[in-house]
Amino acid sequence: MNFLKTTTFLVAAALASPLAAQQEGGRLDIVVQPEPPGLMLGLVQNGPTQLVAGDIYEGLLRYDTDLNPMPGLAESWEISDDGLTYTFKLQEGVKWHDGEDFTADDVVFSADTFLRETHARLRASLAYVDTITAVDPLTVEFKLKEPFGPFISVFEAATMPMIPKHIYEGTDYATNEANATPIGTGPFKFNEWEKGSFIHLVKNEDYYVDGLPYLDEVYYRVIPDAASRAVAFETGEVDVLPGGSVENWDIPRLAEMEGVCTTGKGWEFFAPHAWMWLNNREGPTSNEKFRQAIMYAMDREFMKDVVWNGFGNVATGPVSSKTNFYSDDVTIYDHNPDKAKELLEEMGYDGEPVRLLPLPYGETWQRWAEAVRQNLTEVGINVEIDSTDVAGWNEKTANWDYDMAFTYLYQYGDPALGVSRNYTADRIEKGSPWNNVEGYENPSLDEKWAKAATLVKPEERQAAYDEIQKEIVDDVPVAWMMELEFPTIYRCNVKDLVTTAIGVNDGPRNAWIEE
Amino acid sequence: MDILIAILSRVAKAAVTLLAIAVLNFFLLHAAPGDPAVVLAGEAGAADEQMIAQLRERFGLDQPFYLQLGKYVWGIVQFDLGYSFRQGMPVSQLIAERLPATLLLTMTAFFISLGLGIWLGVAASARVGKASDSLLTTLALLFYATPLYWAALMAVLVFSVWLGWLPAFGFETVGADYTGMARILDIGRHLVLPAMTLGLFFMAVYMRMTRASMLEVSQLDFVKTAKAKGLGGAAIRRRHILRNAILPVVTLAGLQAGQLVGGAVLTETVFAWPGIGRLMFESLAARDYNTILGVFIVSAAMVILFNVITDIVYRIVDPRIGARA
Repeated sequence: MNFLKTTTFLVAAALASPLAAQQEGGRLDIVVQPEPPGLMLGLVQNGPTQLVAGDIYEGLLRYDTDLNPMPGLAESWEISDDGLTYTFKLQEGVKWHDGEDFTADDVVFSADTFLRETHARLRASLAYVDTITAVDPLTVEFKLKEPFGPFISVFEAATMPMIPKHIYEGTDYATNEANATPIGTGPFKFNEWEKGSFIHLVKNEDYYVDGLPYLDEVYYRVIPDAASRAVAFETGEVDVLPGGSVENWDIPRLAEMEGVCTTGKGWEFFAPHAWMWLNNREGPTSNEKFRQAIMYAMDREFMKDVVWNGFGNVATGPVSSKTNFYSDDVTIYDHNPDKAKELLEEMGYDGEPVRLLPLPYGETWQRWAEAVRQNLTEVGINVEIDSTDVAGWNEKTANWDYDMAFTYLYQYGDPALGVSRNYTADRIEKGSPWNNVEGYENPSLDEKWAKAATLVKPEERQAAYDEIQKEIVDDVPVAWMMELEFPTIYRCNVKDLVTTAIGVNDGPRNAWIEE
Repeated sequence: MDILIAILSRVAKAAVTLLAIAVLNFFLLHAAPGDPAVVLAGEAGAADEQMIAQLRERFGLDQPFYLQLGKYVWGIVQFDLGYSFRQGMPVSQLIAERLPATLLLTMTAFFISLGLGIWLGVAASARVGKASDSLLTTLALLFYATPLYWAALMAVLVFSVWLGWLPAFGFETVGADYTGMARILDIGRHLVLPAMTLGLFFMAVYMRMTRASMLEVSQLDFVKTAKAKGLGGAAIRRRHILRNAILPVVTLAGLQAGQLVGGAVLTETVFAWPGIGRLMFESLAARDYNTILGVFIVSAAMVILFNVITDIVYRIVDPRIGARA
């Protein structure tokens, strides 16, 4: 046994040696925008919370930029041939930040008790799970009711964060006092939160991976104004601007500064996909020809180049090219105003105005809506822009009070996790702006979506999704716009910041600063 | 005894006003489109019926409207501003955390703008028609006409980005852990740009008003009498003219002082100043009802308080007001 351990150590040391240049110590200042409402990742999963709490909490697995699973709190895992049993072997010697041991019981509590109650997105996947058991303190077994193809993708930190059982069991989760001082297993510990200014995390000296993390501390800085965030980076106050921190037109200027690097990587797991909901229930948008005309009328390449400063890609359909099982064998909607006019004539469009609801997330989105209106006006569609704030936008889309409405959603690596929810009839439900808001109904496709989710072999799933994509793109239930890219801007002496599919969210774990 | 009754009636009126403000705003906020549960769920990018229902229950939004209102008003009567479910802490604590930063910023801006404004106004009025007067009034017009947001960004560009003299934003140097005098100096350095941006506009207003008022009063008969008595120009300006000319400035200052709590949203946003204006703005976007209402009530209380103070200052500056009443 000792021999084995020594050998493992030597092999690990040999593997690590080319990276020996990594330097310990230092502090990283990262912008967080807006200020998160809370840091307890089991209760709140919005973007800013994921960014900060991704250093405090961990999941069983992590994912590389090609979405392949990597060890997280689980050092290894096995999937049975029938796709029904997932067995995870946990890392040894993992401790919670308060010194308690992390065991299989925590995993069972997190997945089976806590998150079933609090985590809407995971709950949908857990519906496939029959039992979760702790086989021994370091082994956990998930047994599924039926195969669920994307199941291996649900173990990311914000999707299934590990929650300390000894702190939360039997308490009211929402009002537990520990929420203010979160306890996780991650590479950094919570130290201080000065509301309105910063959140301070410090190195976890007892982290179970020897040598990690390199950094001593991380400050997440709250700066509410986009122009001020750009200035903060320029003056050296902050080292990292995570994607979406500054307006697009500031990016080229900042990227050209000396010693500044950018990367579009680190969003593969989320694959933010933008489209316009088209109300399939009533008005001109209920006509398929009208919806196709919209696709042909828009010059999406122009929008990408001008509104998004060239970042991102024009979307070909419902699945992002970064997500698994993407297919480009679909009808391509090029910019073709004549074709759009033809379709409008065929349907007999009488000039009835359509309302367009922009996403109230700043200047870029406003300009994007204006570009769309211009394109649509050119082919004779009468567009009125209907503006509102975020709360109003949520309400209008959730209650189907729109004709066209911008949105973007994450895909979480798999069509069954982040795509089908927007197109199947069972997800038509008033009150939520993230389901089948457009009201698209296609029973034969519904069956195909359901089948594709329960296939086990990747090649079978690919074939199933190829078919779905080919068919749905002709129906244009929504107007797919772009695969968004939110570049991370950082100082080049910050190394290994973005190494996984969730980018900066778990970036400080491996990051180090070159002096 | 009369004074006691006057004070009591004043307090009672203030309490009724505050309650009315709370109820009115409660109606307005709930009438606005948007639901805090959906906003919070929305930020997570996914939600189902169960999650929205859970959140609405936690926020108390599943109860009938009159019950929500009744509970809120009952809380206010007991000096309880309620709980912010979004932020997970009592509203009074949230406000108490943010209030000192705002007061430091707005008070500094207030006193500097008032002091400088009056001083420059008097100076300009003493030099009417001369080059220095024209220069001062032109500068005042410029400050008065410049949008605050733009002035703030330009100040950051010049003093932080180009010259590197002052920090561009924030309340203090994060992570420096200064104590004592070093900390005070550090906060002071961070205070300069936001206080200057916020103060310049009001300084211009006070200056122009003081100057105009001084010129008007200096035409009155008693000034001639004072001159006839042989008093010097400076003494007349200070003891006779200014004392009479300052009343409209006091009125205006009272109005500005009422805005001390909620009136610095833009400045706090541009300079990432962790104050209450930003808390209000962010809470409004998230429809965090209790927090917005709490801020409204505290700032309304400030307006009422400064109205009283203005009244008192009136009486000190112009004893005739008290005598007439």
